[in-house]
Amino acid sequence: MTITTLLLVLLSAVFVNNFVFAKFLGTCPYLGCSKDTSSATGMGLAVIFVMTMTSAVCWAVYHFFLYPSTANVLYLVFGSAQAAAADSAYIKTHFDLTFLSTLSFILVIAALVQFVEMVIQKVSPALYSALGIYLPLITTNCAVLAVAILNIDGMMLHGTQLGYGHSGSLLFALMNGFGGGVGFTVALLLMSGIRERLDLGDVPRPLRGMPIAFITAGLLAISFMGFLGLVK
Amino acid sequence: MTTQLKELTKGLWEQNPIFVIALGLCPTLAVTTSVRNAIGMGVSTIFVLVLSNVLISAVRTIVPDKIRIPCYIVIIAFLVTVVDLVLAAYFPDISKAIGLFIKLIVVNCIILGRAEAFAAKNNPWRSMLDGIGMGIGFLIALLMVSGIREVLGANKLFGYVVFPGWRPIGVMVLAPGAFLTLGLLLGWKRLSELKH
Repeated sequence: MTITTLLLVLLSAVFVNNFVFAKFLGTCPYLGCSKDTSSATGMGLAVIFVMTMTSAVCWAVYHFFLYPSTANVLYLVFGSAQAAAADSAYIKTHFDLTFLSTLSFILVIAALVQFVEMVIQKVSPALYSALGIYLPLITTNCAVLAVAILNIDGMMLHGTQLGYGHSGSLLFALMNGFGGGVGFTVALLLMSGIRERLDLGDVPRPLRGMPIAFITAGLLAISFMGFLGLVK
Repeated sequence: MTTQLKELTKGLWEQNPIFVIALGLCPTLAVTTSVRNAIGMGVSTIFVLVLSNVLISAVRTIVPDKIRIPCYIVIIAFLVTVVDLVLAAYFPDISKAIGLFIKLIVVNCIILGRAEAFAAKNNPWRSMLDGIGMGIGFLIALLMVSGIREVLGANKLFGYVVFPGWRPIGVMVLAPGAFLTLGLLLGWKRLSELKH
């Protein structure tokens, strides 16, 4: 995997396939936390951090526990190499736990967020006071679970070039997670800037609050469509 | 009986999860490109919501308070995996179009919100009624958004042409159309309430 591919993955995750505008992921925190710029910054940084961590940890869980391969820990502990040598489908029929991916990812994310919160609280109280209240909210941010699932699908889609067991698949997951988080933050900051000004505007009464936020998001999404075709 | 009926009907319109409580917006925006996808999503959500409400309400006295949320999530994730595999087996085209969002029902705020706000405090029968009502309310909202988007954006309904010879507004089936439609629908609901 070359640097160019990695940069393309990053660029496309930030702009072209923006999590909010192109994939509709994380819409609830996007509308809930974009009322002012300071909370948008805090939420955005927390999301970047958690999404990158999640990508790495879920990659490891999928790679070493769920996906049937010779690197699967359960196979290494309980499997028999003779049976695998005799029957080429042995690992696949006995150690394929991929159907558990959604369940294990959400548990991993919930535990990870809790853990990160405790570590930050201990190590850096300043950072904790900035991000603290946003971290628990992230567990239910669907963008985080989605990036873990999309990383797997993305690696499948790239097939031979980026297939499982390829050393680049972890890098791909990290780039996708980091880029997705950055894209979410860009969307959140843009929106919070606009909404701070919207408060001063004369919006028709039925449209105040949520409805005008949606219409604003629609107009922003139109402008983000301009990035289509930037990355093939 | 009347209070039980109220548990069922309150979610349909008065406390509609999308239009009033504004929960579960991601799937509402993402899967409403066609009415068919919206029905697939709505029915899957109803299944998960009803069963999770019943199961959570049944175990509400056994589960310690401190670890209730992880327990709820495990129950919900189990039900979602069932739906995901059933859809992939019997409706592969729907599964291909909205599969990611079926998996994301796990983190749908409606499900966990109803578990925490209703099922954890009420008996299984009432929780079931609440789940059915809220689920149908969600389906109604999905149908409204997807109906508008499919007619305006593709000039089709269930795949059949609606106005022959009319050129559809392509942007309505793309991402911006979802935000615009939902924003205007929310505004319309607000307008009808302000008049009363």
